[in-house]
Amino acid sequence: MSYQGKFRVWRGDDSGGGLEDFTVEVNEGEVVLDIIHRLQATQAPDLAVRWNCKAGKCGSCSAEINGRPRLLCMTRMSVFDESETITVTPMRTFPIIRDLVTDVSFNYTKAREVPSFAPPKDLAPGEYRMQQVDVERSQEFRKCIECFLCQNTCHVVRDHEENKEAFSGPRFLMRVAELEMHPLDTADRVDQAQDDHGLGYCNITKCCSEVCPEHIHITDNALIPMKERVADRKYDPIVWLGNKLFKRS
Amino acid sequence: MARAEIAARTLRTDRWWLPPLTTFVGLLLISIYAAFRTFQGDFYWVDQYHYLTPMYSPCLTEECIPAASHFGRWFPALPGFLTPPVIIIPFLLGFRITCYYYRKAYYRAAWASPPACAVAEPHSKYTGETRFPLIAQNLHRYFFYAASLLLLINIYDAVLAFGTGVGLGNIILLVNVGLLAAYTLSCHSCRHIAGGRLKHFSKHPVRYWMWTQISKLNNRHMLLAWTSLIFVCLTDLYVALVASGTISDLRFIN
Repeated sequence: MSYQGKFRVWRGDDSGGGLEDFTVEVNEGEVVLDIIHRLQATQAPDLAVRWNCKAGKCGSCSAEINGRPRLLCMTRMSVFDESETITVTPMRTFPIIRDLVTDVSFNYTKAREVPSFAPPKDLAPGEYRMQQVDVERSQEFRKCIECFLCQNTCHVVRDHEENKEAFSGPRFLMRVAELEMHPLDTADRVDQAQDDHGLGYCNITKCCSEVCPEHIHITDNALIPMKERVADRKYDPIVWLGNKLFKRS
Repeated sequence: MARAEIAARTLRTDRWWLPPLTTFVGLLLISIYAAFRTFQGDFYWVDQYHYLTPMYSPCLTEECIPAASHFGRWFPALPGFLTPPVIIIPFLLGFRITCYYYRKAYYRAAWASPPACAVAEPHSKYTGETRFPLIAQNLHRYFFYAASLLLLINIYDAVLAFGTGVGLGNIILLVNVGLLAAYTLSCHSCRHIAGGRLKHFSKHPVRYWMWTQISKLNNRHMLLAWTSLIFVCLTDLYVALVASGTISDLRFIN
Protein backbone atom coordinates (compact mmCIF):
# COMPACT_ATOMS: atom_id res chain seq x y z
CA MET A 1 0.00 0.00 0.00
CA SER A 2 1.43 3.34 -1.04
CA TYR A 3 0.40 6.79 0.06
CA GLN A 4 1.60 10.36 -0.30
CA GLY A 5 3.31 11.28 2.98
CA LYS A 6 3.79 14.82 4.26
CA PHE A 7 7.31 15.75 5.36
CA ARG A 8 9.06 18.82 6.73
CA VAL A 9 12.81 18.64 6.27
CA TRP A 10 15.32 21.15 7.61
CA ARG A 11 17.40 22.63 4.81
CA GLY A 12 20.21 25.07 5.14
CA ASP A 13 23.72 25.51 6.45
CA ASP A 14 25.55 27.49 9.14
CA SER A 15 24.46 30.77 7.60
CA GLY A 16 20.78 29.94 8.12
CA GLY A 17 17.98 27.69 7.03
CA GLY A 18 14.54 26.41 7.86
CA LEU A 19 11.94 23.68 7.49
CA GLU A 20 10.71 22.97 3.95
CA ASP A 21 7.53 21.05 3.15
CA PHE A 22 7.51 18.07 0.79
CA THR A 23 5.02 15.43 -0.25
CA VAL A 24 6.74 12.12 -0.96
CA GLU A 25 5.49 8.65 -1.87
CA VAL A 26 5.67 6.13 0.99
CA ASN A 27 5.56 2.37 0.36
CA GLU A 28 4.91 -0.51 2.71
CA GLY A 29 7.95 -1.65 4.72
CA GLU A 30 9.95 1.54 4.22
CA VAL A 31 12.00 3.46 6.76
CA VAL A 32 12.51 7.23 7.00
CA LEU A 33 15.87 6.97 5.21
CA ASP A 34 14.08 5.45 2.18
CA ILE A 35 11.88 8.53 2.03
CA ILE A 36 14.85 10.88 2.32
CA HIS A 37 16.50 9.00 -0.56
CA ARG A 38 13.32 9.23 -2.64
CA LEU A 39 13.16 12.94 -1.86
CA GLN A 40 16.76 13.26 -3.07
CA ALA A 41 16.01 11.27 -6.22
CA THR A 42 12.81 13.06 -7.20
CA GLN A 43 12.60 16.58 -5.74
CA ALA A 44 15.74 17.76 -3.93
CA PRO A 45 18.86 16.32 -5.60
CA ASP A 46 21.13 18.55 -3.51
CA LEU A 47 19.69 17.42 -0.16
CA ALA A 48 22.62 16.42 2.08
CA VAL A 49 22.26 13.35 4.26
CA ARG A 50 24.95 11.15 5.80
CA TRP A 51 24.29 7.41 5.60
CA ASN A 52 26.08 4.17 4.96
CA CYS A 53 24.90 0.70 6.02
CA LYS A 54 21.11 1.18 6.21
CA ALA A 55 21.11 -1.58 8.82
CA GLY A 56 21.53 0.31 12.11
CA LYS A 57 25.16 -0.67 12.49
CA CYS A 58 27.28 2.15 11.09
CA GLY A 59 25.76 4.97 13.15
CA SER A 60 25.90 7.46 10.26
CA CYS A 61 22.29 8.48 9.71
CA SER A 62 21.59 9.99 13.13
CA ALA A 63 19.04 12.79 12.99
CA GLU A 64 15.88 13.93 14.74
CA ILE A 65 12.50 12.69 13.62
CA ASN A 66 9.51 14.57 15.03
CA GLY A 67 11.99 16.05 17.51
CA ARG A 68 13.28 12.70 18.78
CA PRO A 69 16.90 11.68 18.21
CA ARG A 70 16.84 8.51 16.08
CA LEU A 71 18.56 6.66 13.28
CA LEU A 72 16.86 7.43 9.96
CA CYS A 73 17.42 3.85 8.80
CA MET A 74 15.87 2.23 11.88
CA THR A 75 12.71 4.31 12.05
CA ARG A 76 9.91 2.53 10.26
CA MET A 77 7.30 4.60 8.46
CA SER A 78 4.65 2.24 9.85
CA VAL A 79 5.00 3.85 13.30
CA PHE A 80 3.46 7.06 11.96
CA ASP A 81 -0.11 7.84 10.90
CA GLU A 82 -0.55 8.34 7.16
CA SER A 83 -2.02 11.77 7.84
CA GLU A 84 0.86 12.84 10.09
CA THR A 85 3.43 15.41 8.97
CA ILE A 86 6.86 14.01 9.75
CA THR A 87 9.58 16.49 10.64
CA VAL A 88 13.19 15.55 9.95
CA THR A 89 15.92 17.78 11.35
CA PRO A 90 19.68 17.46 11.91
CA MET A 91 21.10 16.70 15.38
CA ARG A 92 20.85 19.91 17.38
CA THR A 93 23.91 19.58 19.58
CA PHE A 94 26.52 19.66 16.81
CA PRO A 95 27.39 22.40 14.31
CA ILE A 96 25.54 22.15 11.02
CA ILE A 97 27.40 21.46 7.79
CA ARG A 98 24.41 21.27 5.46
CA ASP A 99 20.79 20.03 5.61
CA LEU A 100 20.80 16.86 7.70
CA VAL A 101 24.58 16.60 8.04
CA THR A 102 26.31 17.85 11.18
CA ASP A 103 29.94 18.15 12.18
CA VAL A 104 30.46 15.53 14.88
CA SER A 105 34.18 16.21 15.39
CA PHE A 106 33.46 17.22 19.03
CA ASN A 107 33.13 13.49 19.67
CA TYR A 108 36.46 12.65 18.05
CA THR A 109 38.16 15.28 20.19
CA LYS A 110 36.59 13.79 23.32
CA ALA A 111 37.54 10.25 22.22
CA ARG A 112 41.19 11.28 21.96
CA GLU A 113 41.09 12.64 25.51
CA VAL A 114 40.42 9.17 26.97
CA PRO A 115 43.78 7.50 27.73
CA SER A 116 44.00 4.10 26.07
CA PHE A 117 43.94 0.69 27.76
CA ALA A 118 46.88 0.30 30.15
CA PRO A 119 47.69 -3.35 30.99
CA PRO A 120 50.38 -4.15 33.59
CA LYS A 121 53.82 -3.42 32.14
CA ASP A 122 55.22 -6.82 33.14
CA LEU A 123 52.42 -8.85 31.57
CA ALA A 124 53.61 -10.86 28.57
CA PRO A 125 51.28 -11.44 25.60
CA GLY A 126 49.20 -14.60 26.10
CA GLU A 127 50.00 -14.80 29.80
CA TYR A 128 46.52 -13.83 30.97
CA ARG A 129 43.30 -15.62 30.07
CA MET A 130 40.22 -13.48 30.57
CA GLN A 131 37.14 -15.24 31.97
CA GLN A 132 33.73 -14.92 30.32
CA VAL A 133 32.13 -13.18 33.35
CA ASP A 134 34.79 -10.48 33.16
CA VAL A 135 34.36 -10.07 29.41
CA GLU A 136 30.57 -9.79 29.51
CA ARG A 137 30.46 -6.58 31.48
CA SER A 138 32.39 -4.49 29.00
CA GLN A 139 30.97 -6.34 26.01
CA GLU A 140 27.73 -4.47 26.51
CA PHE A 141 29.58 -1.18 26.03
CA ARG A 142 31.35 -2.52 22.94
CA LYS A 143 27.98 -2.72 21.17
CA CYS A 144 28.17 1.06 20.75
CA ILE A 145 27.96 2.03 17.07
CA GLU A 146 29.02 5.63 17.74
CA CYS A 147 25.92 7.18 16.27
CA PHE A 148 26.32 9.93 18.92
CA LEU A 149 22.59 10.09 19.56
CA CYS A 150 23.35 9.90 23.30
CA GLN A 151 25.76 12.82 22.98
CA ASN A 152 23.16 14.72 20.99
CA THR A 153 20.30 14.20 23.42
CA CYS A 154 22.28 14.84 26.62
CA HIS A 155 20.97 18.18 27.90
CA VAL A 156 24.33 18.99 29.54
CA VAL A 157 25.73 19.90 26.13
CA ARG A 158 22.54 20.10 24.05
CA ASP A 159 21.20 23.02 26.10
CA HIS A 160 24.54 24.42 27.27
CA GLU A 161 27.17 24.82 24.57
CA GLU A 162 29.56 26.19 27.21
CA ASN A 163 29.72 22.78 28.93
CA LYS A 164 31.29 21.08 25.91
CA GLU A 165 34.78 21.77 27.12
CA ALA A 166 34.31 20.24 30.58
CA PHE A 167 31.93 17.39 29.73
CA SER A 168 32.81 14.42 27.54
CA GLY A 169 29.25 13.11 27.30
CA PRO A 170 27.72 9.69 27.96
CA ARG A 171 29.48 7.92 25.11
CA PHE A 172 32.97 8.69 26.39
CA LEU A 173 32.14 8.34 30.07
CA MET A 174 30.95 4.88 29.08
CA ARG A 175 34.32 4.29 27.43
CA VAL A 176 36.03 5.34 30.67
CA ALA A 177 33.76 2.93 32.58
CA GLU A 178 34.58 0.12 30.14
CA LEU A 179 38.29 0.58 30.78
CA GLU A 180 37.83 1.05 34.53
CA MET A 181 35.94 -2.26 34.73
CA HIS A 182 38.60 -4.13 32.75
CA PRO A 183 40.44 -6.55 35.11
CA LEU A 184 43.82 -5.67 33.64
CA ASP A 185 43.58 -1.92 33.29
CA THR A 186 45.98 -0.16 35.64
CA ALA A 187 45.22 3.49 34.87
CA ASP A 188 43.41 5.64 37.41
CA ARG A 189 40.09 6.20 35.67
CA VAL A 190 38.06 7.34 38.67
CA ASP A 191 39.65 10.75 39.18
CA GLN A 192 39.85 11.14 35.41
CA ALA A 193 36.11 10.56 35.06
CA GLN A 194 35.26 13.21 37.63
CA ASP A 195 37.99 15.79 36.99
CA ASP A 196 38.77 15.48 33.28
CA HIS A 197 35.55 14.16 31.75
CA GLY A 198 32.94 15.97 33.86
CA LEU A 199 31.05 13.01 35.33
CA GLY A 200 29.62 15.35 37.98
CA TYR A 201 27.67 17.21 35.27
CA CYS A 202 25.59 14.10 34.60
CA ASN A 203 22.31 14.26 36.55
CA ILE A 204 21.33 10.74 35.45
CA THR A 205 18.10 11.73 33.73
CA LYS A 206 18.67 8.74 31.44
CA CYS A 207 18.02 10.33 28.05
CA CYS A 208 21.21 8.71 26.74
CA SER A 209 19.84 5.24 27.58
CA GLU A 210 16.44 6.17 26.16
CA VAL A 211 17.75 7.03 22.69
CA CYS A 212 20.46 4.36 22.35
CA PRO A 213 19.64 2.27 19.25
CA GLU A 214 21.73 -0.59 20.66
CA HIS A 215 19.74 -0.50 23.94
CA ILE A 216 22.91 -0.19 26.02
CA HIS A 217 22.08 0.58 29.67
CA ILE A 218 24.45 3.54 29.62
CA THR A 219 23.19 5.13 32.83
CA ASP A 220 22.63 2.05 34.97
CA ASN A 221 25.67 0.06 33.89
CA ALA A 222 28.27 2.72 33.12
CA LEU A 223 27.50 6.17 34.50
CA ILE A 224 26.03 5.24 37.89
CA PRO A 225 28.74 2.62 38.61
CA MET A 226 31.32 5.31 37.80
CA LYS A 227 29.54 7.78 40.10
CA GLU A 228 29.62 5.13 42.83
CA ARG A 229 33.35 4.60 42.30
CA VAL A 230 33.89 8.35 42.52
CA ALA A 231 31.83 8.37 45.74
CA ASP A 232 34.10 5.57 47.06
CA ARG A 233 37.14 7.70 46.35
CA LYS A 234 36.10 11.30 46.87
CA TYR A 235 32.90 11.61 48.90
CA ASP A 236 33.23 8.91 51.50
CA PRO A 237 33.17 10.85 54.81
CA ILE A 238 34.80 7.94 56.63
CA VAL A 239 37.71 7.81 54.18
CA TRP A 240 37.93 11.62 54.27
CA LEU A 241 38.09 11.61 58.07
CA GLY A 242 40.73 8.86 58.02
CA ASN A 243 42.80 10.86 55.54
CA LYS A 244 42.57 13.97 57.70
CA LEU A 245 43.36 12.16 60.95
CA PHE A 246 46.26 10.18 59.61
CA LYS A 247 47.45 12.88 57.19
CA ARG A 248 47.20 10.62 54.17
CA SER A 249 47.23 12.29 50.79
CA MET B 1 30.38 26.82 12.74
CA ALA B 2 26.91 27.31 14.20
CA ARG B 3 24.17 24.89 15.01
CA ALA B 4 21.17 24.44 12.71
CA GLU B 5 18.81 27.37 13.10
CA ILE B 6 15.78 25.84 14.81
CA ALA B 7 13.88 28.22 17.07
CA ALA B 8 11.35 25.78 18.56
CA ARG B 9 12.16 24.52 22.07
CA THR B 10 11.27 21.04 20.85
CA LEU B 11 9.78 19.51 17.75
CA ARG B 12 8.42 16.52 19.63
CA THR B 13 4.81 15.80 18.72
CA ASP B 14 4.06 13.19 21.38
CA ARG B 15 2.73 14.01 24.86
CA TRP B 16 6.23 14.40 26.34
CA TRP B 17 4.85 16.56 29.15
CA LEU B 18 2.64 13.80 30.55
CA PRO B 19 5.26 11.64 32.40
CA PRO B 20 6.88 14.60 34.23
CA LEU B 21 3.44 16.01 35.09
CA THR B 22 2.27 12.63 36.44
CA THR B 23 5.48 12.28 38.45
CA PHE B 24 5.13 15.80 39.84
CA VAL B 25 1.52 15.30 40.91
CA GLY B 26 2.31 11.87 42.41
CA LEU B 27 5.27 13.14 44.43
CA LEU B 28 3.33 16.22 45.54
CA LEU B 29 0.35 14.21 46.79
CA ILE B 30 2.58 11.77 48.66
CA SER B 31 4.59 14.63 50.19
CA ILE B 32 1.41 16.34 51.40
CA TYR B 33 0.11 13.12 52.93
CA ALA B 34 3.48 12.30 54.57
CA ALA B 35 3.79 15.84 55.98
CA PHE B 36 0.25 15.73 57.38
CA ARG B 37 0.78 12.36 59.06
CA THR B 38 4.21 13.32 60.38
CA PHE B 39 2.92 16.42 62.12
CA GLN B 40 -0.39 14.88 63.20
CA GLY B 41 1.47 13.07 65.99
CA ASP B 42 -1.38 10.63 66.65
CA PHE B 43 -2.97 7.35 65.48
CA TYR B 44 0.31 5.60 64.83
CA TRP B 45 -0.08 2.67 67.22
CA VAL B 46 -2.85 0.06 67.55
CA ASP B 47 -2.42 -1.21 71.09
CA GLN B 48 -4.79 -4.17 70.69
CA TYR B 49 -2.89 -5.72 67.75
CA HIS B 50 0.54 -4.10 68.17
CA TYR B 51 0.46 -2.40 64.79
CA LEU B 52 2.99 0.40 64.50
CA THR B 53 3.01 2.51 61.36
CA PRO B 54 6.38 2.50 59.56
CA MET B 55 6.32 6.32 59.52
CA TYR B 56 6.75 6.37 63.31
CA SER B 57 9.19 3.49 63.64
CA PRO B 58 11.32 3.57 65.69
CA CYS B 59 9.50 5.92 68.05
CA LEU B 60 12.31 7.38 70.16
CA THR B 61 11.07 10.46 72.03
CA GLU B 62 9.37 11.01 75.41
CA GLU B 63 5.97 11.73 73.87
CA CYS B 64 5.86 8.27 72.21
CA ILE B 65 3.33 5.80 73.56
CA PRO B 66 5.54 3.53 75.74
CA ALA B 67 4.27 0.30 74.13
CA ALA B 68 5.09 1.69 70.67
CA SER B 69 8.68 2.45 71.63
CA HIS B 70 10.20 -0.95 70.96
CA PHE B 71 13.72 0.39 71.41
CA GLY B 72 13.18 2.82 74.26
CA ARG B 73 12.56 6.57 74.42
CA TRP B 74 16.04 7.96 74.04
CA PHE B 75 15.20 11.60 73.39
CA PRO B 76 13.27 14.16 75.45
CA ALA B 77 9.88 15.43 74.30
CA LEU B 78 10.27 17.60 71.21
CA PRO B 79 9.25 21.25 71.40
CA GLY B 80 6.39 22.92 69.54
CA PHE B 81 4.88 21.23 66.55
CA LEU B 82 7.68 18.66 66.24
CA THR B 83 6.67 15.02 66.49
CA PRO B 84 8.64 11.74 66.94
CA PRO B 85 9.08 11.00 63.19
CA VAL B 86 11.25 14.11 62.71
CA ILE B 87 14.11 12.07 64.22
CA ILE B 88 13.97 9.38 61.50
CA ILE B 89 12.37 11.17 58.54
CA PRO B 90 15.63 12.92 57.49
CA PHE B 91 17.25 9.52 56.93
CA LEU B 92 14.29 8.05 55.04
CA LEU B 93 13.84 11.23 53.03
CA GLY B 94 17.59 11.44 52.40
CA PHE B 95 17.60 7.90 51.05
CA ARG B 96 14.74 8.62 48.63
CA ILE B 97 15.96 12.10 47.62
CA THR B 98 19.47 10.92 46.77
CA CYS B 99 18.20 7.71 45.09
CA TYR B 100 19.31 7.54 41.46
CA TYR B 101 15.75 6.87 40.29
CA TYR B 102 14.15 9.71 42.24
CA ARG B 103 16.88 12.07 41.07
CA LYS B 104 15.86 11.38 37.50
CA ALA B 105 12.19 11.77 38.46
CA TYR B 106 12.40 15.13 40.22
CA TYR B 107 15.14 16.64 38.04
CA ARG B 108 12.73 16.10 35.17
CA ALA B 109 9.41 16.74 36.89
CA ALA B 110 10.19 19.49 39.38
CA TRP B 111 13.28 21.20 37.99
CA ALA B 112 12.75 20.64 34.23
CA SER B 113 16.41 19.78 33.82
CA PRO B 114 15.43 18.53 31.27
CA PRO B 115 11.63 18.11 31.38
CA ALA B 116 11.92 15.32 28.79
CA CYS B 117 14.53 14.07 26.35
CA ALA B 118 15.22 16.50 23.50
CA VAL B 119 13.08 19.21 25.14
CA ALA B 120 15.14 22.27 26.00
CA GLU B 121 15.41 23.13 29.67
CA PRO B 122 14.52 26.67 30.75
CA HIS B 123 17.72 27.32 32.74
CA SER B 124 20.46 29.46 31.26
CA LYS B 125 23.25 27.84 33.28
CA TYR B 126 23.86 24.24 34.32
CA THR B 127 26.52 22.77 36.59
CA GLY B 128 24.80 19.48 37.45
CA GLU B 129 26.08 17.69 40.50
CA THR B 130 29.50 19.32 40.46
CA ARG B 131 28.98 21.76 43.33
CA PHE B 132 26.99 22.43 46.51
CA PRO B 133 24.19 21.58 47.17
CA LEU B 134 23.77 18.89 44.51
CA ILE B 135 27.24 17.47 45.11
CA ALA B 136 25.68 16.03 48.30
CA GLN B 137 23.86 13.50 46.09
CA ASN B 138 27.10 11.53 46.37
CA LEU B 139 26.15 10.68 49.97
CA HIS B 140 23.48 8.27 48.76
CA ARG B 141 25.18 5.18 50.14
CA TYR B 142 25.28 6.56 53.68
CA PHE B 143 21.54 7.10 53.54
CA PHE B 144 21.37 3.55 52.18
CA TYR B 145 23.09 2.26 55.33
CA ALA B 146 20.70 4.26 57.55
CA ALA B 147 17.64 3.14 55.57
CA SER B 148 18.78 -0.50 55.81
CA LEU B 149 18.92 -0.19 59.59
CA LEU B 150 15.44 1.35 59.67
CA LEU B 151 14.22 -1.45 57.40
CA LEU B 152 15.45 -4.04 59.92
CA ILE B 153 13.49 -2.19 62.61
CA ASN B 154 10.37 -2.20 60.39
CA ILE B 155 10.80 -5.97 59.90
CA TYR B 156 11.09 -6.40 63.67
CA ASP B 157 7.86 -4.38 64.16
CA ALA B 158 6.02 -6.45 61.55
CA VAL B 159 7.13 -9.74 63.14
CA LEU B 160 6.29 -8.49 66.65
CA ALA B 161 2.73 -7.70 65.58
CA PHE B 162 2.13 -11.42 64.92
CA GLY B 163 2.29 -11.94 68.72
CA THR B 164 -1.38 -10.97 69.01
CA GLY B 165 -2.69 -13.17 66.20
CA VAL B 166 -3.14 -12.59 62.48
CA GLY B 167 -5.23 -9.88 60.90
CA LEU B 168 -5.32 -7.90 57.67
CA GLY B 169 -3.02 -5.37 59.33
CA ASN B 170 -0.35 -8.05 59.79
CA ILE B 171 -0.52 -8.93 56.10
CA ILE B 172 -0.28 -5.24 55.15
CA LEU B 173 2.74 -4.69 57.44
CA LEU B 174 4.40 -7.80 55.99
CA VAL B 175 3.84 -6.77 52.35
CA ASN B 176 5.10 -3.30 53.25
CA VAL B 177 8.42 -4.55 54.62
CA GLY B 178 8.72 -6.92 51.64
CA LEU B 179 8.39 -4.00 49.22
CA LEU B 180 10.71 -1.79 51.28
CA ALA B 181 13.29 -4.60 51.37
CA ALA B 182 13.04 -5.10 47.60
CA TYR B 183 13.42 -1.35 46.98
CA THR B 184 16.39 -1.07 49.36
CA LEU B 185 18.15 -4.12 47.92
CA SER B 186 17.58 -2.93 44.35
CA CYS B 187 19.39 0.35 45.11
CA HIS B 188 22.34 1.21 42.85
CA SER B 189 24.59 1.71 45.89
CA CYS B 190 23.68 -1.74 47.20
CA ARG B 191 24.49 -3.18 43.75
CA HIS B 192 27.84 -1.40 43.82
CA ILE B 193 28.72 -2.53 47.34
CA ALA B 194 27.62 -6.13 46.69
CA GLY B 195 29.91 -6.60 43.71
CA GLY B 196 29.71 -3.73 41.25
CA ARG B 197 32.90 -2.15 42.59
CA LEU B 198 34.96 -5.20 41.61
CA LYS B 199 37.16 -5.20 38.53
CA HIS B 200 37.54 -8.95 38.61
CA PHE B 201 34.23 -10.82 38.87
CA SER B 202 35.84 -14.22 38.22
CA LYS B 203 37.96 -13.92 41.37
CA HIS B 204 34.90 -13.30 43.59
CA PRO B 205 32.19 -15.79 42.56
CA VAL B 206 29.96 -15.20 45.60
CA ARG B 207 29.97 -11.45 45.23
CA TYR B 208 29.45 -11.85 41.47
CA TRP B 209 26.39 -14.00 42.19
CA MET B 210 25.08 -11.37 44.62
CA TRP B 211 25.68 -8.67 42.01
CA THR B 212 23.74 -10.61 39.35
CA GLN B 213 20.79 -11.13 41.71
CA ILE B 214 20.72 -7.49 42.79
CA SER B 215 21.06 -6.44 39.15
CA LYS B 216 17.81 -8.30 38.40
CA LEU B 217 16.07 -6.32 41.13
CA ASN B 218 17.85 -3.14 40.04
CA ASN B 219 16.19 -3.44 36.60
CA ARG B 220 12.89 -2.84 38.41
CA HIS B 221 14.17 -0.04 40.66
CA MET B 222 11.67 2.53 39.37
CA LEU B 223 8.74 0.17 39.84
CA LEU B 224 9.91 -0.74 43.34
CA ALA B 225 10.51 2.92 44.21
CA TRP B 226 6.90 3.81 43.42
CA THR B 227 5.19 0.69 44.78
CA SER B 228 7.11 0.81 48.07
CA LEU B 229 6.43 4.54 48.47
CA ILE B 230 2.73 4.25 47.78
CA PHE B 231 2.42 1.14 49.95
CA VAL B 232 4.09 2.85 52.93
CA CYS B 233 1.39 5.51 52.71
CA LEU B 234 -1.36 2.88 52.40
CA THR B 235 0.08 0.96 55.37
CA ASP B 236 0.18 4.13 57.42
CA LEU B 237 -3.38 5.00 56.38
CA TYR B 238 -4.61 1.54 57.40
CA VAL B 239 -2.91 1.76 60.81
CA ALA B 240 -4.25 5.30 61.29
CA LEU B 241 -7.81 4.23 60.44
CA VAL B 242 -7.67 1.25 62.82
CA ALA B 243 -5.94 3.27 65.56
CA SER B 244 -8.53 6.04 65.35
CA GLY B 245 -11.40 3.53 65.49
CA THR B 246 -12.66 4.54 62.02
CA ILE B 247 -12.49 0.92 60.85
CA SER B 248 -11.85 -2.31 62.71
CA ASP B 249 -9.11 -4.73 61.72
CA LEU B 250 -10.19 -7.82 59.80
CA ARG B 251 -8.98 -10.70 61.97
CA PHE B 252 -8.13 -14.16 60.67
CA ILE B 253 -6.64 -15.73 63.82
CA ASN B 254 -7.03 -14.16 67.24
